[in-house]
Amino acid sequence: MRFETTTSPHKAAGTKVSSVMRQVLYALVPGIAVATYYFGPGVLIQIMLASVTALITEAAILRWRKRAVGRYLTDYSALVTAWLLALSIPSIAPWWLVVIGTAFSISFSKQLYGGIGYNPFNPAMVGYVVLLISFPVEMSQWPATNPALGTQLSMVDTLLIVFQPDTIQQWDAITAATPLDTIRSELLSGNNLNTAEQALAAPGIISAQGWEAVAVAYLLGGLWLWYRQVITWHIPFSLLGGLFVMAMLFSEINTDQYPSAWFHLFSGGAMLGAFFIATDPVSAATSNKGKVIYAAGIGVLIYIIRTWGSYPDAVAFAVLLMNLCAPYIDYYTQPRVFGAQT
Amino acid sequence: MNAQRQPQNPFQQQLDQLRLTRQGRLPVSPGLGRFNGGLEFDDYHDEAARQPIQPCPIPPELVLPLQQHIGDQAVPVVEVGQTVYKGQLLGRSEGYVSAPVHAPTSGTVIAIGPQAVPHPSGLQAVCITLRTDGRDQSPVEPELIADKSLYQTDRVELRNRIREAGVVGLGGAAFPTAVKLNPGRREVTTLIVNAAECEPYICCDDRLLTERSDQLLYGIEVVCYCLDINQVIIGIEDTMPNAYKGLLQACAARYEAEPDYFARLDIQIKVVPTRYPTGGEKQLIKVLTNQEVPSHGLPADIGLVCHNPGTLVAAYRAVAFGEPLTTRIVTVTGSGVANPVNVEAMIGTPASHLVAVAGGYTDKAERLIFGGPMMGFAMYDDGLPIVKATNCVLVAAQTDIREPREAMPCIRCGACEQACPANLLPQQLYWYAKSRDFEKTEEYNLFDCIECGACSYVCPSEIPLVQYYRFAKTEIAKERRERDQSDHARERFEFRNERLEREKLEKAEKLRQKKAALAAKAKAKIAAGDTKQDEIQAALARVKAKKAQTATPEHQNDRLDTNHSDTPVSD
Repeated sequence: MRFETTTSPHKAAGTKVSSVMRQVLYALVPGIAVATYYFGPGVLIQIMLASVTALITEAAILRWRKRAVGRYLTDYSALVTAWLLALSIPSIAPWWLVVIGTAFSISFSKQLYGGIGYNPFNPAMVGYVVLLISFPVEMSQWPATNPALGTQLSMVDTLLIVFQPDTIQQWDAITAATPLDTIRSELLSGNNLNTAEQALAAPGIISAQGWEAVAVAYLLGGLWLWYRQVITWHIPFSLLGGLFVMAMLFSEINTDQYPSAWFHLFSGGAMLGAFFIATDPVSAATSNKGKVIYAAGIGVLIYIIRTWGSYPDAVAFAVLLMNLCAPYIDYYTQPRVFGAQT
Repeated sequence: MNAQRQPQNPFQQQLDQLRLTRQGRLPVSPGLGRFNGGLEFDDYHDEAARQPIQPCPIPPELVLPLQQHIGDQAVPVVEVGQTVYKGQLLGRSEGYVSAPVHAPTSGTVIAIGPQAVPHPSGLQAVCITLRTDGRDQSPVEPELIADKSLYQTDRVELRNRIREAGVVGLGGAAFPTAVKLNPGRREVTTLIVNAAECEPYICCDDRLLTERSDQLLYGIEVVCYCLDINQVIIGIEDTMPNAYKGLLQACAARYEAEPDYFARLDIQIKVVPTRYPTGGEKQLIKVLTNQEVPSHGLPADIGLVCHNPGTLVAAYRAVAFGEPLTTRIVTVTGSGVANPVNVEAMIGTPASHLVAVAGGYTDKAERLIFGGPMMGFAMYDDGLPIVKATNCVLVAAQTDIREPREAMPCIRCGACEQACPANLLPQQLYWYAKSRDFEKTEEYNLFDCIECGACSYVCPSEIPLVQYYRFAKTEIAKERRERDQSDHARERFEFRNERLEREKLEKAEKLRQKKAALAAKAKAKIAAGDTKQDEIQAALARVKAKKAQTATPEHQNDRLDTNHSDTPVSD
């Protein structure tokens, strides 16, 4: 009897890139749900816009590059980029903002480098930084959260805001500075932390209502990814650790001027960044020791830029800066080979 | 009340106290080491382990490759048409690292020449084909050592017996056993018995321990005596309760019969967790002793020598009964055969014959693999013979194997790195192998890769990583060979030039000596003969003239040189 031959190993675990990416999407669901509750249906609209843009852009470039369109579209990596970017920008931002950002992410920072697996920088964060630098006003208009009622904005209102931003007269009524922004500008204008915290629109248990709940939801989703072995503990815990230690150090030195470590962990993009953004394997360091250094570096940079930089949040900048270092971190943190003398 | 009874047999005691875990596994021994990564499979498919070892009927023809081992190929000592008896030498070993081949049964040699052998590339190699006569006869009475005491036999003689019996490592690598029984200058203290099979499906050692642990104990004794050591660690997996019981029973029986055995030999049985690739020599040693065999080194470098239980039994049979290694236990298994079972088959038996013993193919038979699903080689034809290294014939169904699919790009997820038992960076190795940067692959310790396939197994992009490493290793080996060849050629060229130069000088020297001799002769003649002032004067004048002539061009040259070197300055 004749048989077909293949090379060993003849068995495989059966995990696929698509299943890895799909699990990342599933893990984002709790965060999306909580964000929708606090920031309105705009969250979902942004995700829809980003997803459609990402898929169209990816398909067009794949076709142009003569690659198997169906095979690469169904790896879900474009959707991960789209969702992460959509979740990073204000839910009531005008439609073109997320469209430009996603198209830029997919085309310039992913496909032009060679598509999945070849991007040296986190595509979503490149798109985010492009938007932040180019459209700072639109990028800072977050809706005010109304904790008691969940969202203030109906679907119709939100659609109007997103698609007809020019018709809105009273932006002040619906937008609010983010907690990080509030604290930062209060501190910059010479007030102490206590006063700054009182200026928060809706103070919460740890940071601010809404924001902290979303952070907890991301944390839970991220822990599930860890449990599913999609990510290892190294990146998220080192990132949060780096941020926590820095924040702790400075708030110990001067309690009046520096917000607490817990405030930092549960504000802005820290949780999303730790579990979903910095863990992008393509642009991160890969050895275990390397991951710790890489992620701790991000954590420290987040703190530095948040505290002394000119932007209230810093996950995107910190991630991109450490992306730059990842290949060198990997080079210098090679594990000790089995049996090698130390 | 127990106090009044005789001191109990410690092995019987262990046997009586044995409690399996809820999953039916053995409790793992305390204080074990651990290697990085590895894989735990959901199902070990050990159906065959529950059946007793089946004999295999003599096939009509046996195909015996002359190279079934690591080292130099054996040289045939029989001719086509020759009748051979069971156990007769067919090919003698050639060189120190080599092993002879024997006739597993009586019959006639019908061919000696290249034939397809179980090699992943479908390679042909020199084989002796034997038409069996079914009588399975041997007229030769082997000289038995069993009646002599083992301990009165010379160690060198024992090693020679094992060498001449063609015993090689039966775990898969087929390294000539006698070589490992001669540690040379290295100080070996402990024998490791590697009964950790770790790959799914393979259970020939499991079955061997279950049924023939008594022979294993003899084998251990032989090898320990050869090496002059008394420390033994038997590593067995927690998924092998029957083997463990078989081993304890054999120990208990031996203890009853000869309690001294356990005074001479310090035997520890350690149960290790079943984690692929614990059966790898270096990995098992790490688990059992928490020591690492140096990279590029041997277990003997840290005082250990590692043998497969099947090998030890073969060594015992070679020593005690003069039996050459002509049969082995092969696991015949997979969804592609009707009744998975372990078969004791003659070396050279075609795989199809073994499958018949296991109840024949099912309609799910899709792939034929010699070895396990992780490191085994897929064969294209079931007419291929089993060899000394074949521990398993796996007939896999579509559902048991990975479908070869187009790989996705590496997303650097690092799953391979988490799985690598050699602590390598498989993703970097892949990257450099793919871009043919072989120098970099060596920098990333390519040659520490044991090709266990754990990285490929976990890769979500389904990249055939191991294939890239094999490719890089082959290319590097080729480069090295070519470099050696060109070095050799260059050396020869330089040597030739040197020789020509030397010869030229020698010639010139000879010529000069000849001339000098002639001149001296002439001078002597002149001195001896009449003094003819005129002639002398004339000769002196000639010499002077010659001197002046030769001097002139030299001076001219000098001047030219000076001019030349002056030129840049004057300009």
